[in-house]
Amino acid sequence: MSADLGLGILVLTLIVSLYAVSAAIAGSKMRSPLLVDSARLAVMVTFPLLTSGVLIMVMLLVTGRFEFAYVYRVASLSMPLYLNITALWGGQSGSLLLWAWLLSGAAAIAVHQAWKGEKPFTPWVTVVCMVTLAFFLLIVTFVDNPFARIWALSNGQVVQALIHPNNSYLIYPPDGLGLNPLLRDPGMVFHPPLLYLGFVGFVIPFSFAIASLITGRNDSLWLKPARKWALAAWVFLSIGLVLGSRWAYTVLGWGGYWGWDPVEVAALIPWLTGTAFVHSMIIQEKRTLFKRWNIVLIVLTYCMVIFGTFLTRSGVLDSVHAFSQSSIGPMFFVFIALTFIVSLVLLLWRWRSLVSEGKMESLFSRESAFLFNNLLFVLLFLICLTGILFPLVSELFAGTKMTVGPSWYKQTTGPVFAGLLLLMGVVPLTAWGSSTAKALGRKIWKPALASLIVLGVLVFTTALNWGGILALWLISLVTLVTVYDYGNAVLLRSRSQKENVFSALVKVTSRNRHRYGGYIVHLGVVMIALGVVGTEFYQAQTQMTVATGGTISLDGFEIKYKNLTQYTAADGTDIAQAVVEISRNGRILATISPRRDYYPGYQQSVTIPGIYSTLAEDVYVVLIDWQPIAADGATFHVFHNPLVNWIWIGTIVMVLGSILAIIPSRPKANAVKLAEG
Amino acid sequence: MVEEIPQGQNQKPKAKMKINKFIVGGVLIFIAVVLLVITSIKGNAQYYMTIDELKSSPDKWSQAVRISGVVLGDSITLDPKSDVISFQVVNIPGDMKTIEDMGGIAAVLHQAATDPTAVPLTVLYHGVKPDLLKDEAQAIMTGKMQSDGSFLADELLLKCPSKYQEAPLN
Repeated sequence: MSADLGLGILVLTLIVSLYAVSAAIAGSKMRSPLLVDSARLAVMVTFPLLTSGVLIMVMLLVTGRFEFAYVYRVASLSMPLYLNITALWGGQSGSLLLWAWLLSGAAAIAVHQAWKGEKPFTPWVTVVCMVTLAFFLLIVTFVDNPFARIWALSNGQVVQALIHPNNSYLIYPPDGLGLNPLLRDPGMVFHPPLLYLGFVGFVIPFSFAIASLITGRNDSLWLKPARKWALAAWVFLSIGLVLGSRWAYTVLGWGGYWGWDPVEVAALIPWLTGTAFVHSMIIQEKRTLFKRWNIVLIVLTYCMVIFGTFLTRSGVLDSVHAFSQSSIGPMFFVFIALTFIVSLVLLLWRWRSLVSEGKMESLFSRESAFLFNNLLFVLLFLICLTGILFPLVSELFAGTKMTVGPSWYKQTTGPVFAGLLLLMGVVPLTAWGSSTAKALGRKIWKPALASLIVLGVLVFTTALNWGGILALWLISLVTLVTVYDYGNAVLLRSRSQKENVFSALVKVTSRNRHRYGGYIVHLGVVMIALGVVGTEFYQAQTQMTVATGGTISLDGFEIKYKNLTQYTAADGTDIAQAVVEISRNGRILATISPRRDYYPGYQQSVTIPGIYSTLAEDVYVVLIDWQPIAADGATFHVFHNPLVNWIWIGTIVMVLGSILAIIPSRPKANAVKLAEG
Repeated sequence: MVEEIPQGQNQKPKAKMKINKFIVGGVLIFIAVVLLVITSIKGNAQYYMTIDELKSSPDKWSQAVRISGVVLGDSITLDPKSDVISFQVVNIPGDMKTIEDMGGIAAVLHQAATDPTAVPLTVLYHGVKPDLLKDEAQAIMTGKMQSDGSFLADELLLKCPSKYQEAPLN
């Protein structure tokens, strides 16, 4: 019954989405508000439909209905409830169902809101969202359906099918395989859905851009809804990426958080073009420049979102995340090619009407800083794209397959990231319109001088690591300039309005949320940069085997192996837990417990590091192997990761700053808008 | 009206100069990064080959290459004195199409790992022992072939097909 219901819901939603597309186009052509309205309702109906489909799937997962092939593959009686729910996105078909569900939700909100403000766009926003949804539903329904069940044919062969094959009977496995033990972690609960929310969120601004092109508008009306969605998508994507890093860091035990794996890079690429977009949007709003460029950016972001999903699923890339070459690869490829070509054609059709009214005047203006920001992000995008396509292209053109690894990525993106830091350090003090180097110099010399003092201190007190010192200097420059400008504005207000500094801060910030939200985001970004610089340039590691009571020394820390206990957990997992004491200068700082969980059913071990965290650094200890307690001792790999926790702290600051920037205008401003009609 | 014309004449070349400044600046940065990318490729790109291809290409033995193979679980050892992990890998095909034709990656790995005629390659790695390093896992290693016929790996990545692949239904 559930299988039929599930399949029926998928087919029905597909039909509804296709209806929405046709009704929207027809309603727009025939100027029938009734038809367009029906299309809009159809969009909103897809969400409850897919929600029930998702709920059925989750019910099957948590009640152990292992006759369903997907449930057999990702769920298990040995997993707790929350992990069986999480298993919804543990495999391909479930992940695609999740993607479709999130998109239907976003589209429903978008057309509901657009109805109020941007009526001319509604039919085309409907079309773009529903075409995308229909594509994913086609794959989920007909190519890889999570509601397929396991049947035994008369000849003994076991197959997977949606509909009962002739002369066969259902198989009911007593238990499922469950998620790979490495995935049985709260990280799995949040990382994929947040990433998907980010991806799906960028579909909406793209659809508004296409709507603007089709309706022949040459103004910035599409930017208003696009801005909120792009910022929200950007926040979710950022959190998703960082959570993935943190999960890798705290659980997977290799001491790092970003491996430049092709699938990681593929998820980063939409973030790069998306960040460029949220910046260049501002230029179009303020100075009506970059109209065509903004459309190019959001089209690129949309295509890269779908491309990223394609790269993971098609087997085209060699990555620790990519596994099978499935038939959906070519389908994705065709879809991306079509949408890219259609978007390009639309843009070229309206090219001449999208003339910018403003003008780029000075190399030292704020517009110029944003332009260089975009250039650098596009360069990062091209570098990353080159990196992940390198094996394919080299095989096609040179006959031999070549790859590039983390060292290549770091060497090429490092200087560009440094350039972006420099820009962040300069931009708060730039002005719109005409500006000269002298004018900028007059404003910036004080914080710049302070940063040079910091540079001097760094050169004399830290190890001579020029890359690290340069990066730290840039970070100090950004921090000083941002705080200087922000502080000046607060002090000015505090003095003129006779307010205390704290309330002046609140008032200044709330009156210009976009600007100061942006400053806070940048401060968050430099905190992340601080953590990255600390681990990239100043990390130390060692691996040693020590007897019980023995000590490993690293960077002034003493890591003492106290003891090891071994026991079997309730679910059959074999756990070996070491107790390790961290001290420095004779003073005990912490006791941590690196451990190794072994899952006999999967013959899979998961090493979980013990971490001593402070604002200044992490001491990160991994239990490598062990001998019986009486004998030789245990092997530990120890990392000293300076400043790493600033990555997580910085992310929180970044998110808070973004929320500030997204919050809509206050009622007063809205009243003015309404009065103006 | 008369005064505007000289101003207009002055404005055009100035505006052109400003646009050129941006284009020049942008192009310079672009070229710099392209050069950076190309030189980085020269220093950092590796040939990606199968174990058999590497064994039969002695000219590649002095350069960093990336190879992929299936891990033989019984051979995984950790030397407590040098903290070097040593294990053996056996050749698997590099072409995705071939792998799919042979029944999928899990089948290919199993076939290669249980093939008694296969000649294994010893891999040495100094680093944290990855959790996925176990029997029949697919290992992707970047490193150099040594003169004694072993492979010294700088990077070790492991894939375990059971995550996304069709599970054996029995």
